[in-house]
Amino acid sequence: MEIDPFIFRLSIFILSIFVGYYVVWSVTPSLHTPLMSVTNAISSVIIVGAIIAALANNDTDIFNSSSLYGYFAILLAAINIFGGFLVTQRMLAMYKKKKRKDK
Amino acid sequence: MSANLSASFYLVSGVLFILALRGLSSPETSRQGNIFGIIGMVIAVGVTFLSVGNFSTGFIYVLIFLAAGGSIGAFIAYRIPMTAMPELVAGFHSLVGLAAVFVAISAFINPGAFNLGEPGNIKLASLIEMSIGAAVGAITFSGSVIAFLKLQGIMSGAPITFKGQHFLNALIFISIITLTYFLCSTQNSNLFWILIGISFLVGFLIIIPIGGADMPVVISMLNSYSGWAAAGIGFTLENSALIITGALVGSSGAILSYIMCKGMNRSFFNVILGGFGATEQDTLNKTKEQKPVKSGNADDAAFLMKNASSVIIVPGYGMAVAQAQHALREMVDTLKKNDIKVSYAIHPVAGRMPGHMNVLLAEANVPYDEVFELEEINNDFANADVAFVIGANDVTNPVAKTDPQSPIYGMPVLDVEKCKSVLFVKRSLSPGYAGIDNDLFYKENTLMLFADAKKMTEDITKNL
Repeated sequence: MEIDPFIFRLSIFILSIFVGYYVVWSVTPSLHTPLMSVTNAISSVIIVGAIIAALANNDTDIFNSSSLYGYFAILLAAINIFGGFLVTQRMLAMYKKKKRKDK
Repeated sequence: MSANLSASFYLVSGVLFILALRGLSSPETSRQGNIFGIIGMVIAVGVTFLSVGNFSTGFIYVLIFLAAGGSIGAFIAYRIPMTAMPELVAGFHSLVGLAAVFVAISAFINPGAFNLGEPGNIKLASLIEMSIGAAVGAITFSGSVIAFLKLQGIMSGAPITFKGQHFLNALIFISIITLTYFLCSTQNSNLFWILIGISFLVGFLIIIPIGGADMPVVISMLNSYSGWAAAGIGFTLENSALIITGALVGSSGAILSYIMCKGMNRSFFNVILGGFGATEQDTLNKTKEQKPVKSGNADDAAFLMKNASSVIIVPGYGMAVAQAQHALREMVDTLKKNDIKVSYAIHPVAGRMPGHMNVLLAEANVPYDEVFELEEINNDFANADVAFVIGANDVTNPVAKTDPQSPIYGMPVLDVEKCKSVLFVKRSLSPGYAGIDNDLFYKENTLMLFADAKKMTEDITKNL
């Protein structure tokens, strides 16, 4: 009997939870705020669904209701992607080590 | 682009996202990690364009929306003050949630685009996944909006509770499950809309009873929800990048919630059920008002610190409110010039989100190797001369160790009282968010500095 592809996706899902569990425990507590902003940015990979939804129709009917939801989702996810990664970058740039010649 | 090839690329982005989180294990590797994350995102978006392969007029609109959203995001990212990070993160969570809802709606209206069947005859598994994605997304959205309003101060941070609240929530949860069941058996689109509407309501209802001090838990929890929503949509779209990311973000948020709850010695359910600190506040305030308090000015504080050989600084949310981190750094610089050893002690729940204080200190150019977590530094208080508590309160309250009656009993606290002397910068004697009086105020070796944190710190620097 053939295995349902759903089972494979479920395996990916469960294993990723474990990967996430161990990776996140190794994150240093001082970087928990950047962790939240970067997880926020990467969860906006949901934009792939939004793009598929937006481009599902042909030229004659660009803005029908389903693709319109797609376009709005692109807008929201794009705010998150750019905002999330850039603010993370900005924060991480501030974490500096002690300068040895600090007078 | 063939489906197999694009699926492989999605897997690559998923792995890059894992590396992005892995990078955060130390500040040195974190910037590289963030780059990995960005590359992963670029690959995912690029592959999606290629696999859809529709470069018609619609494509131009996609780019327009992408650019518009991107500029808004970039603008916010550069303009936001670091003290407002909790609000920003809550706001961003709401966007992920809403985007998930929109994608789910779109898939419901036009399932053909996602190979899920036809309207009115969507594959059962897809429909369930879609409903979960939409419901969790909607909860994330409305919950985050409430969290955002509370953090911004637009809405009162006080917990809002009413009779029958838990009963109502239970009822709604049952109705969501029932609705999903009927939605799957009838494929009726009205049920889908009702499901989303009710889920919005749930998010609203579960966040309003949670008080301001519990915001670190709430934000982490919503972070987790946004991940599960993304994973739900990932199953619907059969996209491994989304599934991997969703699982990563979901577990990340869950772990952070756990760490925050542990930092307050409270169970997750205790936080979620809400209403913390709203009950005992009044009685406690009345009984303790008469105790004598030693208060001093910047001059006294400067004198104490000048004669110290080591100082530990305990920052809290009050420092963020007063934007005192830069003034604090200047004070520390002056202290260091006088050969005084200075370190910073950070409680896990200091501030309004995990790691909030660390970011503010980093912004003020405080090197991260001078900043210590609770377990690392707690033994040092006994050997330190001065503890400088700026804007923190409950996290220093010794009552958590001594009084089993106290609502914060058992919460890990910084052993500030073991220092030779304690300087407490605070605007008034009011209790903290937990609504409990702090015994530390009345101790023999405590000097209260009643002033705005920023102004006081600046004054001390002048007097050093």
